[in-house]
Amino acid sequence: MIPEFINEAYDVAVIGAGHAGCEAALASARLGQKTIVFMVSTDTIALMPCNPNIGGTSKGHLVRELDALGGEMAKNIDKTFIQSKMLNESKGPAVHSLRAQADKQKYSNAMRKVMENTENLTLKQAEVAEILWEPSEDGKKQVTGVKTVSGGVYPAKCVILCSGVYLNSRCIFGEVSQETGPNGLPRATHLSDSLRAAGLELYRFKTGTPARIDKRSIDFSKMEEQFGDAKLVPFSFTNRAEDIAREQQSCWLAYTNENTHRIIRENIHRSPLFSGEIQGTGPRYCPSIEDKVVRFADKERHQIFIEPEGDYTNEMYLSGMSSSLPEEVQIRMYRTIPGMEHANVVRNAYAIEYDCLNPTQLKHSLEAKEIHGFFSAGQANGSSGYEEAAAQGIIAGINAARRLQGKEALVLDRSQAYIGVLIDDLVIKETHEPYRMMTSRAEYRLLLRQDNADLRLTEIGYEVGLISEERYEKLLEKKKRIKEEQRRVASVLFGASGEIQRFLREHDSQELRTGTSLEELIRRPELNYEMLAPMDPERPELPPDVTEQVEINIKYEGYLKRQEQQVAHFKKLENRRIPETIDYAEIPSLRLEARQKLSQLRPASVGQASRISGVSPADISVLLVYLESRQRRKE
Amino acid sequence: MKDTDTIAAIASGMTSSGVSVIRISGPEALGVGQKVFRQKKRDGFSELPMERTASHTIHYGYVVQDDEPIDEVLLLIMRAPRSFTAEDTVEVQCHGGAFVTRRVLQAVLAAGARLAEPGEFSKRAFLNGRIDLSQAEAVADVIQAKNRLALKNSVKQLRGSVLHKVKELRDRILDEVSFIEAALDDPEHIEIEGFAEKLEKENQENLQEIQRLLASAEHGRYLSQGIRTVILGKPNVGKSSLMNAFVGAERAIVTDIAGTTRDTLTEEISLGEISLQVVDTAGIRSSDDAVERIGISLAKKEASEADLILYVADASVPWDENDEQIVPLLQGKKVLALLNKSDLEARITEDELRDRLKPAVCDASFLSVSVKAPEDCRKIEQKIKDMFFQGELAENDEIFITAERHREALQNAAGSLREVERSIAAGMPEDFFSIDLLHSYQELGYIIGEEMDEDLVNNIFKKFCMGK
Repeated sequence: MIPEFINEAYDVAVIGAGHAGCEAALASARLGQKTIVFMVSTDTIALMPCNPNIGGTSKGHLVRELDALGGEMAKNIDKTFIQSKMLNESKGPAVHSLRAQADKQKYSNAMRKVMENTENLTLKQAEVAEILWEPSEDGKKQVTGVKTVSGGVYPAKCVILCSGVYLNSRCIFGEVSQETGPNGLPRATHLSDSLRAAGLELYRFKTGTPARIDKRSIDFSKMEEQFGDAKLVPFSFTNRAEDIAREQQSCWLAYTNENTHRIIRENIHRSPLFSGEIQGTGPRYCPSIEDKVVRFADKERHQIFIEPEGDYTNEMYLSGMSSSLPEEVQIRMYRTIPGMEHANVVRNAYAIEYDCLNPTQLKHSLEAKEIHGFFSAGQANGSSGYEEAAAQGIIAGINAARRLQGKEALVLDRSQAYIGVLIDDLVIKETHEPYRMMTSRAEYRLLLRQDNADLRLTEIGYEVGLISEERYEKLLEKKKRIKEEQRRVASVLFGASGEIQRFLREHDSQELRTGTSLEELIRRPELNYEMLAPMDPERPELPPDVTEQVEINIKYEGYLKRQEQQVAHFKKLENRRIPETIDYAEIPSLRLEARQKLSQLRPASVGQASRISGVSPADISVLLVYLESRQRRKE
Repeated sequence: MKDTDTIAAIASGMTSSGVSVIRISGPEALGVGQKVFRQKKRDGFSELPMERTASHTIHYGYVVQDDEPIDEVLLLIMRAPRSFTAEDTVEVQCHGGAFVTRRVLQAVLAAGARLAEPGEFSKRAFLNGRIDLSQAEAVADVIQAKNRLALKNSVKQLRGSVLHKVKELRDRILDEVSFIEAALDDPEHIEIEGFAEKLEKENQENLQEIQRLLASAEHGRYLSQGIRTVILGKPNVGKSSLMNAFVGAERAIVTDIAGTTRDTLTEEISLGEISLQVVDTAGIRSSDDAVERIGISLAKKEASEADLILYVADASVPWDENDEQIVPLLQGKKVLALLNKSDLEARITEDELRDRLKPAVCDASFLSVSVKAPEDCRKIEQKIKDMFFQGELAENDEIFITAERHREALQNAAGSLREVERSIAAGMPEDFFSIDLLHSYQELGYIIGEEMDEDLVNNIFKKFCMGK
């Protein structure tokens, strides 16, 4: 037994300084709470142990939303990226997504600098072994602090678990199994037991990472070069394109082939995923190469993106080729790729298994239902990805602070933000595999675009207290300019005169038969706001983020309106609150399964209840009738 | 909730029939049954020990109140959950007279049951998961069905044929959405190139399917509410006689003085399998009489709202300006032109009448009759059936959408699919298609209760107007 020693008390203790932990700690400290954050090593703050990029499809949305709320990730990647790209530009604006390649070391260092220089924030290198709690008056539990392996007791009113993939983790490739966290870092061996002792249920999940190859051993002439965008879009709404201009690095595209697949098939029995050595559930949406070869057996080739890890190293990341095959098989497999015949594997690929919480034990605020003051965010909640982690981190940090300030929790709903979709899915939908954000998960995605995240959320960030007065004023100014310009283009009228007809002919657009407005011309698929500039001499000088909104609002007006109607409908059930005191045993007409699920998950609204698997629409109508009659009895 | 008490009501409808059914449902249903029922034995009457009696059995005996026998009845026992409400249920079949039926009900109520609110049995069935929303609505339709065909259709809806059709449609739409979404999230493995063309075709088919269901909704309305029929014609051509022939009673005033029918009369008439809501109107002619003019303007209004206009012309009288005045009222309508008094010397022929009605561009059929002849009435009936149901209605397997809510949902679903059509035509990126596809999916879901609408539950129960 190591003797205990009592340390200074804190308002909030954050366990872990990965992407969730950093955002949680920063939010809490910036909202005035005395905050301490624990990490395995101060050298691994905001570590990127897997892919070297931030953003991507739907994840880019999360990062921009995070920025609008006052988070750090967007600013940090803007400081440290080495390539930036807007994905899906050929598709609709709802699925445009920003992705940037990071210099991993710079990214980590930049975040460390911010953390170290934030007021109210204390950094502590130590492994947390125990969550401390006591029974609370309402029969539940109240968290009281944490204890480190070395016996240090840190009293805290709130604790935020951001343990990532470090809980009892195990790295596996082929027949090799190592009891470490990612990158050979020490794992957390005690905390899982303490969480269980506090009554929390844990899942065992797995994920994986591909090999890193020495740049000098790759023949890039056999691959397709992938450049960054010439026209940069910053992640953070506080930056302009010119603020982040820099020389960019290239990525490279290559493909697997029949030889690659043959080697995988011949050795599949040695993969711990298939041999049963790995028990944890892996993500379907981020599969290993052996998964893909088995699942898409008729595919002749799979894409691999070869991405630089940063300016500081020759290591290249093989995106799309994560694996847990034996090292020797991996080397043969990677060397079948054209251009990698002589590839020198610096770090081999591996799968990692870890403990995480069953997130349905959390409320939408990310506070545990049964332990007051205990919050959890990130991969500890069964999500996957840096961005998903960071998004939960800021919400947990904000809500820990708000709890201590006696304020109502901040909960974003599915019609407000991808962050809302992410958290709602996690705490309501009982996912049994690592949860990855995807555009298809957002029902109202035309309204939840990455380009309007600031318009959607800055105000909320301001009310919370993470957005400065100055930034808020700017937002209001932007909104005003959008509105004014929209009004103006609707009032600029064209007669069927010679000049406009010539212009339309030149642009293969139908000539006018009667007079029309500039707004109507912008709406035409073959025209846009920018193209019409010569026909619009009175046009004021406006920044591109304003004209972009004007254009989208006009071009997609019908769709936006219909989606808004869908949201209004969604809100009806969402606003139908279920009283906390409801006793589902009192509603005999509910089917047994529904009654159990509802009693267990205790949704806050009928809308939430309707998304619980095992609760049918018929159960919801029963619930509605019950709530209605309960209401009437009261009146 | 108060759903735990025991309710009773007359379940067979209030019209006179051979047998009436009184249904008792709830935890005390067996106890109530035991109190009011006496088994007929060789040596007299005895109580039936319900607790020891098997479910789904029928017993012969009497309903008594204060030891007074009220009626000779059959009693059916159905234990929970194998009953309509999924509660313990007792049904009493008594003689059909309204007086006797009421007395039996009174006895049941006196024994501790509460009179059911309108729709309460169905509500319980619904709440206990015995029927879904679509079926609950169909139950209401069974109650309200005005004729045999409508009843058959309601029963079919109850069995879930609407459910099946709508489910198929929803599955197809969901497949389309899933493909688009999967391609968005995994562009490497799912190729969306060329999908728009495929979707365009599928979408077209889905739209047609919904159109078919909507057309059946029209039929469904005719079936459940009757064909709204207006009789038009100048004075004294036999309109009222026609109506009387249908109704079988002298309702409208029939005289030889032109212009005696000054008001409109609505009568519900069953012509075999179909029902007509017949509105008899004042004869139309240029008139200076103020009262008569009101009647005429009413007739015009009725005509504009009609599903069918029975235009009656007198074959023995030549065409005149009064007939001319009627022609505009037929504009765009379904018209059955009856050349009445064809037994008298003809002053106008069917062909001439056809020519005269041409300017109205209506969907007209013609028939020479004498409305006073019963066999001619049957001819008219057959003609109407042909016009509305293409004569094949009674036998085919089509399903009919009868609830207004379903029709609305179908219309919304069709509207959304048309938006998809427009999006494809405009060359929009695929992710835009999902917005309207999903909306269509949701609207269809309302019909079969797979999507929940906040107001829905209460609205449906309001529809039930009696104790079924």
